[in-house]
Amino acid sequence: MTVLDSKIPAGPLQDKWQNWLDAHTLVGPRNRAGKNVIVIGTGLAGASCAASLGAQGFKVKSFCFQDSPRRAHSIAAQGGINAAKDYANEGDSAHRLFKDTIKGGDFRSREANVMRLAQLSENIIDQAVAQGVPFNREYSGALATRSFGGVLVQRTFYTRGQTGQQLLLGAYSALEHQVAAGNIEVFNRHEMQDVVIVDGEARGVIVRNLITGEIERHAADAVVLASGGYTNVYYLSTNAMGSNVTATWRAHKRGAFFANPCYTQIHPTCIPQSGEYQSKLTLMSESLRNDGRIWVPRKSGDDRPPAEVPEAERYYFLEERYPAFGNLAPRDIASRAAKVVCDDGLGVGGTGRGVFLDFRDAIGAQGKDAIERKYGNLFEMYSRITGDNPYETPMMIYPAPHYAMGGLWVDYELQTTIPGLFAIGEANFSDHGANRLGASALMQCLADGYFVAPHTVTNHLAKNHDEVSTSDSAFDEVESDVRGHIQKLMDVGGGTSAQAFHREMGHVMLDKCGMSRTAEGLDEALTDMRKIKAEFWSDLRVDPGDEEFNQSLEYANRVSDFLELGELMIHDARRREESCGGHFREEHQTDDGEALRDDDHFAKVTAWEFGGDDPVPHDEALVFDDVKLATRSYK
Amino acid sequence: MKFTLEIWRQFDGSDENDKGRFETFQVEDIDPDASLLEVLDQLNERLSREKQRNIAFDSDCREGICGACSLVIDGTPHGPQQVTSCQTYMRDFIDGQTITIEPYRANTFPVIRDLAVDRGALDRVIQAGGYISTTTGPQPDPNAMPVSPEVQEQAMDAAICIGCGACVAACPNGAAMLFTGAKVTHLNVLPQGQPERQDRVIGMVEQMDAEGFGGCTNYGECSRVCPQEISIDVIGMLNREYRKAKLTKKSKPDKAMTTQ
Ligand SMILES: Cc1cc2nc3c(=O)[nH]c(=O)nc-3n(C[C@H](O)[C@H](O)[C@H](O)COP(=O)(O)OP(=O)(O)OC[C@H]3O[C@@H](n4cnc5c(N)ncnc54)[C@H](O)[C@@H]3O)c2cc1C
Ligand code: SF4
Ligand code: FES
Repeated sequence: MTVLDSKIPAGPLQDKWQNWLDAHTLVGPRNRAGKNVIVIGTGLAGASCAASLGAQGFKVKSFCFQDSPRRAHSIAAQGGINAAKDYANEGDSAHRLFKDTIKGGDFRSREANVMRLAQLSENIIDQAVAQGVPFNREYSGALATRSFGGVLVQRTFYTRGQTGQQLLLGAYSALEHQVAAGNIEVFNRHEMQDVVIVDGEARGVIVRNLITGEIERHAADAVVLASGGYTNVYYLSTNAMGSNVTATWRAHKRGAFFANPCYTQIHPTCIPQSGEYQSKLTLMSESLRNDGRIWVPRKSGDDRPPAEVPEAERYYFLEERYPAFGNLAPRDIASRAAKVVCDDGLGVGGTGRGVFLDFRDAIGAQGKDAIERKYGNLFEMYSRITGDNPYETPMMIYPAPHYAMGGLWVDYELQTTIPGLFAIGEANFSDHGANRLGASALMQCLADGYFVAPHTVTNHLAKNHDEVSTSDSAFDEVESDVRGHIQKLMDVGGGTSAQAFHREMGHVMLDKCGMSRTAEGLDEALTDMRKIKAEFWSDLRVDPGDEEFNQSLEYANRVSDFLELGELMIHDARRREESCGGHFREEHQTDDGEALRDDDHFAKVTAWEFGGDDPVPHDEALVFDDVKLATRSYK
Repeated sequence: MKFTLEIWRQFDGSDENDKGRFETFQVEDIDPDASLLEVLDQLNERLSREKQRNIAFDSDCREGICGACSLVIDGTPHGPQQVTSCQTYMRDFIDGQTITIEPYRANTFPVIRDLAVDRGALDRVIQAGGYISTTTGPQPDPNAMPVSPEVQEQAMDAAICIGCGACVAACPNGAAMLFTGAKVTHLNVLPQGQPERQDRVIGMVEQMDAEGFGGCTNYGECSRVCPQEISIDVIGMLNREYRKAKLTKKSKPDKAMTTQ
């Protein structure tokens, strides 16, 4: 069994990162232009990493499948980004943010990584402001903050309801600045197909030019994957249509271990699904839970207009079950609670799978203007999609797949089990354990991209690497595998689009490997998934012409990987005989329906080695020196 | 609901002989709450079953923020609702109506296939100065440089541009003034943006010209289609900034780049 070395530096928790920085190897300024790095992805993680490496003088090639780096999925993040600046004078600190994040993740993340993240959080805000990110301000001109799910302090910074957009445009502008400076070359509409390993190290990638269909080779001294999360494995999710797992999955098949794939987050506040044709689900920022109160009628089948349901007949289920946190309970808890009331027949809306998010009291207390200032664009978006006016009638919401805590296994240096291959942002598994707290994905992406990876990648680049050319036989082999896979997709010759298969597998995954899971259901899911995979490979239809712009081929290629990933998630969920965070096994719950962890057996990361139908699990024990393992309580 | 869709088909913009044409499709049983792009998805699923080539179009977020979707709907970029193409719902149309769907028409946005176009020129305008030249590293505490909420609002009202290019497609001159004006306004009203204020506007305007975007003759179509409701005032700001910079700046910065 491979021993997973997380490479956590020695020393007291709060000094570890500084100790690592003090000891790492540098590359002299004159030598940097001779070092090449490939960065896959231009979201918050990828753009910030590429820009930072470029600014140091390294030569960077940056890839994305969209038509512009600015369109990466990060652009859609709404609510905000955490930083332990304690501007509100509540006694917040890096240590408190660290503790909240460990607890929020249900004690399934690494202490050292999370501490570093908390410490770097302050620098991110400073960096973004310097780039011109227009964060909301108070009347004094100072930065404004608000609170977000799962915490009791106001540490979330925001730019209206478009925080991801503004942070990404900041990182994108830094990237374009380095393009202008000649340090970065951007390859938009290019999709990575595979990673090339030479003498045991990642030395390049094979990509497909999505416009011409050409298969290209690119060599480098290090490869960074910042390709985002895999929640589209559920078909309907809050992720962008194109978000996919191909980059990390293909790396997994080449030897990078995949950690905790079953940890996925179902977000509590999304617009409920309205029909089969629907292509995605829209998130309503969780910040709405600061002022909105979540309830359902106490009586099943109560079809009075919500405004006419008297106070006593409203079941504010989060406030009642979790009095300390109320509507701000963490996502996994809030989502499950909504599922439970709907399972009990109390759900509202056409499908009975919805709960109210009501602003009546907030508007009464603060006035409509104040609410409009905080959430105006979210309210607009809601009424655009549903045709309802949330100033007058409560919103209806339901949980939807949103985020992947699992991802490629990385050590403290964010390096995968393949030397020279790094994974950052949502693509790795590192910091959120079994559940991510609100406003901390943006924080992690930018901490990884601006402040961690630029140094750890440098440390790798400082080693002497032999020149590698794209005519190396390793490139021949990988390219021929890539061509083979594409040909196989083209050759099926059936009559069903990739989207139809995607939808079908999404149903299975959501139903049996979603918000709650059982051993029996997971076993069924595995059988179902294998059946769908077999149908995919016998009845897929792809438009002819692989050497041209061919979106049906792009889609089929992505779905072929989701089908395999889905199986691994099921294996992982099956093996983890406990409930923790987003992973809820019905067999493991307390008498009042809360998640029941098993720290004796599962206080560990499961990192899977690729093995086709029989993947091989490896465990990394999690050691807690600073926080005490405790039952997570938000009561 | 049911509709007749007149959809532009074009194999490849670089093929001289393929000038493109409309094809007609009938769609039925459409849910009024479906979006127009979801109707195209459904149509593509059907075309797959019929072993016909799918219709190519761009989209990603499907919630109006990434700027990928780029259809001309019934003659107007993003359609008559002043929202993005992906936020156009079938309930916005009349049952039984014919809807025409075309790609953006602008010589700076060559067609890649069917409804998908290349908007790389907009990225190059940003490369010519649409940033603050700071690099990653220790930065001053933001509260050391207070920004009043009014200024923040003004910056933010411009910064929300999604780079969709509808303004260009709507402009009879194919100008990119609204897009460029939005970026210049965002950065030039903020204290952080002051040092490069002049280089920025000169660089971006010259790149706009180099790419072949037209000039502004005040049609105002751009802000009428802009899904982010970017105000036409940003064009006034762009012009003023440019004039001032040209008058007071001595040497021309070497920023304009060649079209790639
Ligand atoms: C609707 C929504 C709202 C959210 N709101 C918040 C919030 O308020 N606060 C918060 O902290 N988090 C939020 N999140 C989560 C957060 O936005 C994401 O976790 C984060 O943006 C992921 O960033 P990333 O850089 O890792 O990847 P992404 O932004 O997903 O970027 C992935 C990049 O990789 C590229 N790519 C992928 N595969 C390939 C390939 N094979 N070849 C080439 N390129 C490839 C893509 O083109 C893209 O550029 C939200 C998420 C959603 C869906
Ligand atoms: S100014 Fe408006 S129309 Fe033009 S690119 Fe920006 S958002 Fe699109
Ligand atoms: S698809 Fe993102 S704005 Fe329309």
